[in-house]
Amino acid sequence: MHELSITEHLLADCIKNAEAQNASRIRVIRLCIGQLRGIVPDCIQIYLDMLSEGTIAEGARIEAEFPPVKVYCRDCGEEGEITPHHLSCPRCGSLRLKLLSGKEFYIKSMEVDINGDQSTASGNGLE
Amino acid sequence: MEIKVLHQVMDWNEDVSEEVKKELASRQICMINIMGSPGAGKTSLITSLISRLRPDLRIAVIEGDIAGQVDAEHIAGLEIPVVQLNTDGACHIEAMSIQHILPELPLDDLDVIFVENIGNLVCPAEFRIGESLRITILSIPEGDDKVEKYPLMFTDTDCLVLNKYDMLPYFDFNEERVRANYETVNPGAPLFCVSSRTGDGLEALAGFILENVRKIKA
Repeated sequence: MHELSITEHLLADCIKNAEAQNASRIRVIRLCIGQLRGIVPDCIQIYLDMLSEGTIAEGARIEAEFPPVKVYCRDCGEEGEITPHHLSCPRCGSLRLKLLSGKEFYIKSMEVDINGDQSTASGNGLE
Repeated sequence: MEIKVLHQVMDWNEDVSEEVKKELASRQICMINIMGSPGAGKTSLITSLISRLRPDLRIAVIEGDIAGQVDAEHIAGLEIPVVQLNTDGACHIEAMSIQHILPELPLDDLDVIFVENIGNLVCPAEFRIGESLRITILSIPEGDDKVEKYPLMFTDTDCLVLNKYDMLPYFDFNEERVRANYETVNPGAPLFCVSSRTGDGLEALAGFILENVRKIKA
């Protein structure tokens, strides 16, 4: 349930970013959540539904991608991907691994409606 | 249309955590964040460490609890400054709460602040609170699968305490499994086998803490 306070701040950040781009509505919020983190997107969605009422993010959908846990094996020298439940080198089985990634947690992008002329917006580095 | 954001979600907490850390560093205080499940032995370990460390260090405690003040009363019995931080249902402590409560402690007369976090292996790991040292406690009866199940708690800590180590003969607890998994997610980080009840292993842990406190004072 730590997602509640996280969602409060997430929502504020999204609205701030969207308004800076003249967005009138946030449709989708895309999050990147490393598999080693204990963040549950469904919980964020439930809290977002509650907290976003009456804001430009009302009705926004959370989409999460989970980049893999990447490790470097200190025995065989290979880099590989593992799951948190099998903490061993996918090639040689060694447990002597170095963690390369898996703890990410950031807002990647948003799908928004923009006020007025969209060509102006794309001139500001928007897609 | 899609707009790129690339914003770290936890920045709001990390920023305050850095402020707290700076404030404490200016006073040469080491804050130690103690995390673990309900019943892992956080209060007992803090109590035992206070007895060991109080000849050398001036200590205070921030007791995090969802409700009530049983633990705070227990610590206050040791005649150590203690403040209770009730989170009113929240499963973790945030840096902002620590920032608000710090002025209630005699900061000019302290070397160490122990923060007993909420009993939970998931949420507290996500929130830095301005600590210089993170200690994760795992007790033998909880089982040997916890590093795989709650990786962040073991990845983002400075040391792991295997508590209730005197219970090892009575449980099917594979110590090697924990050691290997811990080494994978947190290479080179120390692990201490401790029994708060018998006192075994406490000296090594107290030594590790003293070493870290001295680093801050250096």
